[in-house]
Amino acid sequence: MGGEGSRGAAPAATTPALVVEGVHKSFGQLEVLAGIDLTVAQHEVVCLIGASGSGKSTLLRCVNLLEPLDAGRIVVAGEDICAPGVDVNRVRRRIGIVFQAFNLFPHMSVLDNVTLAPRKVLHLAPAEATTRALALLERFGLADKQREFPDRLSGGQQQRVAIVRALAMEPGLLLLDEVTSALDPELVAEVLAVIRELARGGMTMLIATHEMGFARDIANRVCFLDAGRILEDGPPEQMFRAPRAERTQRFLQRVMEAGRL
Amino acid sequence: MSHLGGPLDTSGMLAVGPPGGPLRARGRPRTAVRSTLVAVVSTVVVFGILVWITVNAPGWAEVQVSFFNATVFTNAFPDIVAAFSLNIQLFAIAEVLILVLALALAVFRSLPGPVFFPLRFLATIYADIFRAVPGVLVIYILGFGIPGLGLPGIPTDPFPYAVIALTLIYSAYVSEVYRAGIESVHPSQEAAARSLGLSRLQALRYVILPQAVRRVIPPLLNDFIGLQKDTVLVSYIGVVEIFRQSQITQQAKFNYTPYMATALVFIAVTIPLARLTDILVSRDRRRAAASAR
Ligand SMILES: Nc1ncnc2c1ncn2[C@@H]1O[C@H](COP(=O)(O)OP(=O)(O)O)[C@@H](O)[C@H]1O
Ligand SMILES: [Mg+2]
Repeated sequence: MGGEGSRGAAPAATTPALVVEGVHKSFGQLEVLAGIDLTVAQHEVVCLIGASGSGKSTLLRCVNLLEPLDAGRIVVAGEDICAPGVDVNRVRRRIGIVFQAFNLFPHMSVLDNVTLAPRKVLHLAPAEATTRALALLERFGLADKQREFPDRLSGGQQQRVAIVRALAMEPGLLLLDEVTSALDPELVAEVLAVIRELARGGMTMLIATHEMGFARDIANRVCFLDAGRILEDGPPEQMFRAPRAERTQRFLQRVMEAGRL
Repeated sequence: MSHLGGPLDTSGMLAVGPPGGPLRARGRPRTAVRSTLVAVVSTVVVFGILVWITVNAPGWAEVQVSFFNATVFTNAFPDIVAAFSLNIQLFAIAEVLILVLALALAVFRSLPGPVFFPLRFLATIYADIFRAVPGVLVIYILGFGIPGLGLPGIPTDPFPYAVIALTLIYSAYVSEVYRAGIESVHPSQEAAARSLGLSRLQALRYVILPQAVRRVIPPLLNDFIGLQKDTVLVSYIGVVEIFRQSQITQQAKFNYTPYMATALVFIAVTIPLARLTDILVSRDRRRAAASAR
């Protein structure tokens, strides 16, 4: 019972954590993802950058099966999660996602937010779930907030709780969707520090972000998303110093002018 | 007499009030004193005029005798209060059944996807029909129709039919209230729950419904005020509850005072519930205003 069994057979070290193949997604007439191919290796941190509306959130939601695909395939740790008959609840257990707007459960304390899924999905005993949750909250400096309700926390604290809530399921892959975009500037750093700590710990992450400086620091690879395609990708030094595609150059130029790089 | 026209508009109750509302009461003391004074004076004047018109009306003497007869009142009151216990039973049993049935209907209607179409469809038809048909007709049809079938073992006592009829009628309204609550919970809450691996039903049970129910408590209480009053409708199928009892006394005494006694009983039980609802509504508004900082 518990985390170990539900993670399935440990994937071989060479099996990528995530493979996205030819993913298409439209909302009505609007084609948001127009053929995405992307591979994330185990322990790799990949940042998605791109203009607002370029499809970053949609891609992350597709990976977590919150949006059905129109075409393509998503393979997580060797398992095709789009295959017919796949149990989406089981797949989502292994993939954590943290949203821009935190989306904490407002009617539950911090501790209950964190333990809900371990109790109800992994069927951990409440005491066990609480012990694990407290260890995580402790690690991210939130132990004294365990009894608070979300509306009593700052945005930065709420977002850290949301990250802890995702981590409590011990996901093999963590998706972060502009997790600092809704925060006041002085609260951004505490959340980025948490993500850096996770990267040091070897967490595999796919991160949509507007924080270019952060992306440059943390990413093993940066993908520039434009009009539903990955127009260019490479290591951060190359992407930020010498982007090849003209559109990437223009995007980074605009970001720089806005003082975000 | 009947509230069956429909539940009070729930959208207004879920709305965020102006943040200035609760602050105004705490305004400067002198202004507060003056506005209280104005309120008292204008109330006294308005009611004074109404009373003056009433007691100077040409038929007042007869009305006084037939509606405000102290002797009849004193004699009838114990019977009327005793009969009210039946209304309380009707109300209490029906309320529990309504809360359960209406929740089930609301959940059925909120299930997405083609698999659940039959359930959605049935729940929708149900709500449509029972909101369309006047409540008295439902009570008549059940109360006289079902026993009239003469099926063996079916109760002849009208009480169970009264409970069932009130439950069927009010569940249609209350399910709409629940539904408004469910729909007021932002879809991102379900996304957050599902992304953690909770099933659709678990997300509903642990994340969506607790938030939805909390938001609809004031409109639910409002519907129950209506239900409390509508228990008198089942007098039509022979349940001797408070209204039927006052009718009996009225016919025996040729005097309408028993109706006034009945009205008093309802006022006494409804006003506390109405005040409670108001308190909950304004508490919700304050909370919404505080969290919208
Ligand atoms: N559920 C939806 N229904 C319709 N259009 C959507 C939906 N979600 C996203 N879109 C549209 O898809 C496009 C890409 O959105 P999104 O993935 O959120 O971009 P990004 O996260 O890069 O800003 C936008 O034009 C957006 O309006
Ligand atoms: Mg986005």
